[in-house]
Amino acid sequence: MSFANLLGQHFVHTALLAGAVVAVLSGAVGIFVVIRSMSFAVHAVSELGFTGAAGALVLGVSPVLGLLVGSLIVGAVLGALTVRGRERDAAVGSFLAFGLGVGVLLISLYRGYATKALTLLFGSIVGVNDAQLAVLGGVAVLVLAVLAFAYRPLLFSSVDPEAAEARGVSLRLMSILLLLLVALATAEAVQVVGVLLVLTLVITPAAAATRLTARPMVALVLSIVIAFGATEGGILLSLVKPWPTSFFISAISFAVYVVARGVGAARETRAGRAVATAEPRAPVRAATEVP
Amino acid sequence: MSGPDGTSVVELRGASLHYGSHSLWEGLDLHVGPGEFIAVLGPNGVGKTSLLRVLLGLAQLSSGRVTVLGRPPRRGSPLVGYVPQQRAFDPGLPLRGRDLVHLGLDGHRWGLVRPVSGHPALVSAALNEVEAQAYADAPVGLLSGGEQQRLRVAQALISDPALLLCDEPLLSLDLNSQRVVVDLLDGRRHRHETTVLFVTHEINPILPVVDRVLYLAPGSWAEGHPDEVLTSDTLSRLYGTSVDVLRVRGRVIVVGAPDEPDAALGAPGHAHVHRSEHEDRGDRS
Repeated sequence: MSFANLLGQHFVHTALLAGAVVAVLSGAVGIFVVIRSMSFAVHAVSELGFTGAAGALVLGVSPVLGLLVGSLIVGAVLGALTVRGRERDAAVGSFLAFGLGVGVLLISLYRGYATKALTLLFGSIVGVNDAQLAVLGGVAVLVLAVLAFAYRPLLFSSVDPEAAEARGVSLRLMSILLLLLVALATAEAVQVVGVLLVLTLVITPAAAATRLTARPMVALVLSIVIAFGATEGGILLSLVKPWPTSFFISAISFAVYVVARGVGAARETRAGRAVATAEPRAPVRAATEVP
Repeated sequence: MSGPDGTSVVELRGASLHYGSHSLWEGLDLHVGPGEFIAVLGPNGVGKTSLLRVLLGLAQLSSGRVTVLGRPPRRGSPLVGYVPQQRAFDPGLPLRGRDLVHLGLDGHRWGLVRPVSGHPALVSAALNEVEAQAYADAPVGLLSGGEQQRLRVAQALISDPALLLCDEPLLSLDLNSQRVVVDLLDGRRHRHETTVLFVTHEINPILPVVDRVLYLAPGSWAEGHPDEVLTSDTLSRLYGTSVDVLRVRGRVIVVGAPDEPDAALGAPGHAHVHRSEHEDRGDRS
């Protein structure tokens, strides 16, 4: 089938719509993830979502349901454990390892088609049907609404936890809330790019965006735009060349990130110069004070 | 300057704080009035930061009473500003100085952010007060420690607090930046009668502006004019060991305080020393 013919197919429309929904969600949540340096926690949530999905397969229920439940449980636990986001690396790692071990067991117990499990790992956007699209859309609306409502305390607790706490923001509540949102966004992204490539939508676009601007709201929008471009571009390219969609999405996403790093380095140098001109810096003080 | 008759900004009566069986301070009495600049000194782990957390409503006293502006401490009160110690922001953090200051105004609020954010004039005024307009649009991660701390002060002042709690705000700043930050705080309290409670392990940068010192030591504490508290006599009594306080070229050096190698502090005089129950409590010099 030609590219033009494919573009007329219903399943392609569904895939593009699902991709758009997932991209907007991942891009938005991703900014907070990047600010808090919690890529590893996202990785853990997605892989343990896989464990949940594997469990669902064994029980004979919808793997997407298992994915959601698994991600949410892990998100809540990690949120409660890692209040400052960047701490407790080892805690995340320990949960991740055990959860994956359980996932391996569940897959070995599963007597159905192995491709279903493989799909979870590497994603299959063209497999999304209308009913799944409706669920994707509903979850996305919920997450974006919560994100909009909690934007300021989430940002405050992410960029400046000490001051945020002093102004009455509960760091623990924000940590749990964010990880629940991450869990939902991750469960969505898994259905497009798979467990192993979730970071390409949740981390890479946001990381690129933070290189391009110092305005938090602009960074959020840029992150969404980049995730959107990578997802839709990846889906379209996979219609032209029958390679995995996940590969194209991660390639575009990474290319934008590399360019953004370059642009960002130039911007930083300029900004650094501007700051230096605005106020000459005093020499760094030695450890012991000189009278 | 202080006394039961004056208006009370911070009031502690018989205040004690324990973590499990470990006691940080006991029977602490403190009255702080409007516009006073109080230094809170003492070695690491003696509960200086915990005292601020009590006043912020983030920690509870084990016993005793505490009021801030006449009421029990309340989390997130706009009447209490907080300046933490400088910490390195990630250079890639998508946050400008302007945003950092703005968060001090409404960062704790839930709800939708209006597209045209609400308070550019207030943010501008706060930036002007600390003379940080020149770099207000640069990413905070690229600013020097001194510039960051000016923004911190602006962030704390934007809600127009009556009490400013500072936790080691000069740590890791160069001497020039230390002076700038101290002048900002001192100017503020003179213009607006803002009370400043300043936790530090280094008295010298603030010695010229300090009204009184609260010295916390393990198991005991002393309070009074710097010339009364920062003496060999008082500190030796506080620590229960021989401590020498020297004054060299207007600077105060403490030698021999446990857990505080070469810390710099006080001057000659007399002060009340308070001890907890096992020791000679109520001992007066």
